[in-house]
Amino acid sequence: MAAGVATWLPFARAAAVGWLPLAQQPLPPAPGVKASRGDEVLVVNVSGRRFETWKNTLDRYPDTLLGSSEKEFFYDADSGEYFFDRDPDMFRHVLNFYRTGRLHCPRQECIQAFDEELAFYGLVPELVGDCCLEEYRDRKKENAERLAEDEEAEQAGDGPALPAGSSLRQRLWRAFENPHTSTAALVFYYVTGFFIAVSVIANVVETIPCRGPARRPPREQPCGERFPLAFFCTDTACVLIFTGEYLLRLFAAPSRCRFLRSVMSLIDVVAILPYYIGLFVPKNEDVSGAFVTLRVFRVFRIFKFSRHSQGLRILGYTLKSCASELGFLLFSLTMAIIIFATVMFYAEKGTNKTNFTSIPAAFWYTIVTMTTLGYGDMVPSTIAGKIFGSICSLSGVLVIALPVPVIVSNFSRIYHQNQRADKRRAQQKVRLARIRLAKSGTTNAFLQYKQNGGLEDSGSGEEQALCIRNRSAFEQQHHHLLHCLEKTTCHEFTDELTFSEALGTVSLGGRTSRSTSVSSQPLGPGSLLSSCCPRRSKRRAIRLANSTASVSRGSMQELDTLAGLRRSPAPQSRSSLNAKPHDSLDLNCDSRDFVAAIISIPTPPANTPDESQPSSPGGSGSGASSNLRNSSLGTPCLLPETVKISSL
Amino acid sequence: MGIQGMELCAMAVVVLLFIAVLKQFGILEPMSMEDSSDSELELSAVRHQPEELDQLQAQTKFTKKELQSLYRGFKNECPTGLVDEDTFKLIYSQFFPQGDATTYAHFLFNAFDAEGNGAIRFEDFVIGLSILLRGTVHEKLKWAFNLYDINKDGYITKEEMLAIMKSIYDMMGRHTYPILREDAPLEHVERFFQKMDRNQDGVVTIDEFLETCQKDENIMSSMQLFENVI
Repeated sequence: MAAGVATWLPFARAAAVGWLPLAQQPLPPAPGVKASRGDEVLVVNVSGRRFETWKNTLDRYPDTLLGSSEKEFFYDADSGEYFFDRDPDMFRHVLNFYRTGRLHCPRQECIQAFDEELAFYGLVPELVGDCCLEEYRDRKKENAERLAEDEEAEQAGDGPALPAGSSLRQRLWRAFENPHTSTAALVFYYVTGFFIAVSVIANVVETIPCRGPARRPPREQPCGERFPLAFFCTDTACVLIFTGEYLLRLFAAPSRCRFLRSVMSLIDVVAILPYYIGLFVPKNEDVSGAFVTLRVFRVFRIFKFSRHSQGLRILGYTLKSCASELGFLLFSLTMAIIIFATVMFYAEKGTNKTNFTSIPAAFWYTIVTMTTLGYGDMVPSTIAGKIFGSICSLSGVLVIALPVPVIVSNFSRIYHQNQRADKRRAQQKVRLARIRLAKSGTTNAFLQYKQNGGLEDSGSGEEQALCIRNRSAFEQQHHHLLHCLEKTTCHEFTDELTFSEALGTVSLGGRTSRSTSVSSQPLGPGSLLSSCCPRRSKRRAIRLANSTASVSRGSMQELDTLAGLRRSPAPQSRSSLNAKPHDSLDLNCDSRDFVAAIISIPTPPANTPDESQPSSPGGSGSGASSNLRNSSLGTPCLLPETVKISSL
Repeated sequence: MGIQGMELCAMAVVVLLFIAVLKQFGILEPMSMEDSSDSELELSAVRHQPEELDQLQAQTKFTKKELQSLYRGFKNECPTGLVDEDTFKLIYSQFFPQGDATTYAHFLFNAFDAEGNGAIRFEDFVIGLSILLRGTVHEKLKWAFNLYDINKDGYITKEEMLAIMKSIYDMMGRHTYPILREDAPLEHVERFFQKMDRNQDGVVTIDEFLETCQKDENIMSSMQLFENVI
């Protein structure tokens, strides 16, 4: 209900006194009214800017934050005001809504920020007043379109992330849709493009008159008739390729019905059908006329280029989206043609030897004149005809000029959208890389923390402090939370690469002993530590190298811990190995050369880690050391429990 | 039509176009001498300022704070200080979305508009509210009588009562339980008159009304119902 209604409610209730004498039944008691404090001025402090308003003003809309008791949550008793930690500029509009009953949309603010503020204060976007509603809707729609494009682009460009278990069909379809995914698809793409061009050119050249050999009558014959075999072969080859492509697409299409109904497949069919019809039609005189007509349809092959050219697709899409304007144009033109043709016919009727023999005959004149072509094959000769003819040409210009800007603006909008989509796709990759970086940074930090024995409850508190002090309270709590989750689910966190590797089959007995230098890059060699579960650790180690490369923060610490770990060339016992990180924790990362002479023991039973956990520090995920890893968070660091050198 | 006919038409068309062109130059203005007073129409919005706060306080039974609060709400809704009948109907209709409250709003408007000048000022508003909320039972009943007496002649006739009753039932709308019958208002009016009309002369005077109401416990007890609205 509007503000006004809330204001007038007491009045309406008072006026109900008029019903009292008429009531046939006793009226219900009035609802209990809370101790009405009388109106008072409330102070609302939004990020330092104080807004003062009557309480009644806010009470007008009891289903919003400020109008209900929800605002008591923000009441600061010390200062006696309601404090909101939000944007004060936006709050101005919100408060004005309470005062005037109309929500206005600020022009210079981002629509999404405005929406968020509205959501916070409990205002529905539909409350935006009529004056600002249209603009608000337009901007919101534009935003939504842009975001939807983003998502689509993301999903579409998700090429590389093809599930490993995709069937031939799916791979084939993907190859068709995104030629850039594999070289074979690209080759196919170019080959089909080439053949389309060849086919079209052959069609064109077929009709050029070739000068025959110097014979008595230098007959001019179209090339098609001089070299029928050559052209037939070319045609056959092209059609074979097109047919093969069509069948392959049909086979690979995820939804065959939809594919059959799509425009491109129709074009394909129309392009190759004439050839087959021509093959089966006997070459007798009666049908050959129709056969020649069929040849015309071969030109539709040129539309197959739209798969190869984006501009063509944009044009087609524009025309489709401007269907209503085109329809209007057509309709108005038709009306005008009929009117002027009639007028011209009757104006020129009297003249003998006139071209305007009938109204349909005058159609041609009208069209030619209205589109300002003016061939001059039909010309009015009477004065009246000339006057009407000139009016016709003037009006033609107007009628055609009117819908054209609409079509043009549509085209320009779609074209720019496409440009934007391309640009965004390029930026998207960078963005995603950065996001992945940040994500892996968090998880690296967690594993870092685990590895540093932060979860350990035994001694070495000082060394712990060294690494732990760099973590904020937030991080500590976050890591604790992750740890709790690990404990709950008896699984551990790992990174995607490790996990996807784990899906595959990697031989366990990988010997990885490479020499590495920590300082060169954090691409520490995976070789570091083998374990009795080398499958996990090795992969982890390798992945460690790759993923730490992408970690921006925490890398120093990781380097150090890695270095520390690596420094123990051949720790003989798990415990000693576990103890190492604590000792070697100095936070300067100077280059330490070392040879990771850790031999990974070939193929220990996979469940060794499970039972050999007793002394593993922190026991992080000790119960969870199954081979299953959560791939949600990467864990490129080496967990102590995996750092086991099982005795040979 | 011969050739001459078409040429005549052509000439006519040419002349028309000529006139159109001339109009552009402002030479020929056959029908553009309209009054440009339409634009003035919007400016003459009437504004009204209420009486002094103290005077109002003397006239009504509201405290100063209450008057202030009421005026703030009133002024917010009607910056000009006046409520005309259409606005009033609109506002009142919002409380009864299911039915048609315009007729009853019309009667209410007349009841509030003491001076009958077609607009409720703040004084009318507040004085009316004062009677309804803070007045004595006697005053309230008098106000109700005034409401029912459409032509303000001191008598409530059956027709007036029927009109009022119909307008009240209109506010209920179509979807009621039990189904609203056509003669429900009439029946209600009959009952009312049976109760109120002492001397059975077909009209109810103010005295009859007051007397009957004061004897009815239901009515008396419900008079206190709306006292704490503000």
